[in-house]
Amino acid sequence: MAASSQTEITPVRFGVVVFPGSNCDADSYHAVSTFAGAEPRYLWHKDTHLDGLDCVILPGGFSYGDYLRCGAIARFSPIMKAVRRFAEDGGLVIGICNGFQILLEAGMLPGAMLQNRGLKFICKLVNLRVESNRTPFTGAYETGQVIRLPVAHHEGNYYIGEAGMRELEENNQIIVRYCDEDGAITPKANPNGSLANIAGICNRERNVFGVMPHPERVCDEIIGGADGRGVFESIIGAVAGAGEQADPSSLRSSG
Amino acid sequence: MPESSGDGREPETGRHERNGVLTMKAKVFITPKKGILDPQGLTIERSLPALGFEGVSNVRVGKYIELELPDGEKAAAELDQMCHKLLANPIIEDFEFELVP
Repeated sequence: MAASSQTEITPVRFGVVVFPGSNCDADSYHAVSTFAGAEPRYLWHKDTHLDGLDCVILPGGFSYGDYLRCGAIARFSPIMKAVRRFAEDGGLVIGICNGFQILLEAGMLPGAMLQNRGLKFICKLVNLRVESNRTPFTGAYETGQVIRLPVAHHEGNYYIGEAGMRELEENNQIIVRYCDEDGAITPKANPNGSLANIAGICNRERNVFGVMPHPERVCDEIIGGADGRGVFESIIGAVAGAGEQADPSSLRSSG
Repeated sequence: MPESSGDGREPETGRHERNGVLTMKAKVFITPKKGILDPQGLTIERSLPALGFEGVSNVRVGKYIELELPDGEKAAAELDQMCHKLLANPIIEDFEFELVP
């Protein structure tokens, strides 16, 4: 490329994986496309290359009909081998809802999902407290900030053994928790029985993030909120700023 | 349908020939690990007294999987691996299996 490309901004490239049964792939694609600095593309579950991508999104839905356990079959998709390699090389991977369940089944994040405590499919807006903005997925939020995102799941009751829980806490891997309007972590604010009100966690290296609520569904005020935009802003900021020292304050959104 | 025996039940054998391979039948029982909340089990447990069944406790709802696998010395070890790697999620589930002789 000629030196003039210095003045052009290279878009941050997102790949949205489409499994048979995914149903939030189009929402994720659309959410990404609303950012000037980002470029989405679909990936089929049989693809085996992730060339040139900066971030992979495993979207929500019912991959493989949720047969056996949610995410249990999707983890054997040809593309998951590539996603695992991509993550091991430091690529950013975000699993939303069913995507989170797939990351758990694949062992790319610790723990497992149980059925919701109330046995019901829950579909509503919930309050979440951002526990750490020290991830490429939450850098645009303030730590402690309360945001509102929708949940839509039947198996979102996160479980992990005692030793695993200690590790999550020691490494600051719990990224979002269900809370009340004021940011208090209470049993009442917990929609599904999730351990320690956990709604989203990252791996130790902080480049793989699983989250049950759907940021991609609240990226525009005309559909009821824009609190999810921060996740995409964070990713774009983290990728764009990876080469240079980005000023984190420039990534913060007001919302 | 195989011929029925006198009591109306099929003779129980786990061994069959499938495409020239001798297979045996296995039964896999998967249950939520002890100490893990089982909301389905709890709901059933709370429903039973309404029907007059008192004193029922520890209701746990799991899965039952039947399969046929190649007969041989390795069958049990392979089935154990299948359970660990796919049929059950060892983080939240216990499993037991039996090979039908």
